[in-house]
Amino acid sequence: MGDMEDVKPRKIVFVTVGTTCFDALVRAMDTQVVKQELLKRGYTHLLIQMGRGSYVPTKSEGGNGSLAVDYFTFSSSIADHLKSASLVISHAGSGSIFETLRLRKPLIVVVNEDLMDNHQSELAEELAERKHLYCARPQTVNQIIADMNLDSLVPYHPGDATPVAKLINRFLGFPDD
Amino acid sequence: MSSVVAIALYMVGVVVALVRLVYVLCQTGKPLKVRGKGDSRLFRTLIVLGSGGHTAEMLNLLAVLQKERFAPRYYIAAATDNMSLEKARSFENSLASETGHKLVGTLQFMQIYRSREVGQSYITSVWTTLVAMAHSLWLMIRVRPEVIIAIQWSSIFYVESIARVQRLSLSGLILYKLRIADQFFVQWPQLQRKYPRAHYVGCLM
Repeated sequence: MGDMEDVKPRKIVFVTVGTTCFDALVRAMDTQVVKQELLKRGYTHLLIQMGRGSYVPTKSEGGNGSLAVDYFTFSSSIADHLKSASLVISHAGSGSIFETLRLRKPLIVVVNEDLMDNHQSELAEELAERKHLYCARPQTVNQIIADMNLDSLVPYHPGDATPVAKLINRFLGFPDD
Repeated sequence: MSSVVAIALYMVGVVVALVRLVYVLCQTGKPLKVRGKGDSRLFRTLIVLGSGGHTAEMLNLLAVLQKERFAPRYYIAAATDNMSLEKARSFENSLASETGHKLVGTLQFMQIYRSREVGQSYITSVWTTLVAMAHSLWLMIRVRPEVIIAIQWSSIFYVESIARVQRLSLSGLILYKLRIADQFFVQWPQLQRKYPRAHYVGCLM
């Protein structure tokens, strides 16, 4: 039993960039400033899904007051990683955002400013306004981690598609059933 | 003499094409005839899948539609998108095991060239868009016979992505402005205020 009590509970931060290339985020996560902020908030592990990016973060075993860092490029399903995470830091893709919100995990969305016609920030900013998540840029992610108050986040209640189905049925003349 | 016949045939062709065009334009946007519960007419349905979260939105919608009415179903996804058709397949497989129906022959999964990859420059996308248009035309010709039969019944339901909060996407804008879509759905109220002919339906996810 003594051994068990010595083991610090794992608190994993999972970073995901989806199928994109988002080196600015991976690089930001790999800085000492961000790692220090994460340690201060009690996180023990940092796992980065780096997608098509070319910047490779430095691995670390952790321990001795440092953060354990690991990374991978792709996985057929990130659901398990999301489930085991205590904090998710994601690119602004709607798939990752809503998958995380449905699991009721605290989420920081980092907007990729290098994309053309960047409509992605619209969704992140709207959901941040509704207090479902925090919205950041690569250069402000350390500040957000330092200032965030996870208790103030509002759980997202998943929407559903029945209104669309009803309107389509009515248009096609199907009886509602 | 033969030139007179040729001109006459040509005129008949033009008139037929015009009548058809006017007819199709008149039919587009009109609700279809109300049918009773016993009517089992099927709707040949083309389902266009996007990458990433857009596929999840679409499958959420399909989950609540009456699948037995919307058949056969043709799924289309981008050639570089490996996940979407896979997700559609597993969606259809779980449907089949739920209902016990065999769906062989009523489903098709197709891939199409993308007009533009995320991050691709606008200049090179002119060429890739032309290729994509030619390919989509070819896909339409391939399934054409039944599409012509179905044209009176064909309707376009466009659901703008949940990621579009303030502005429509380019394809959404085209379908809205040219009134091509019969029903246009948006997932955020502020978009509906800007585009009043759209239906606001709330978030699909």
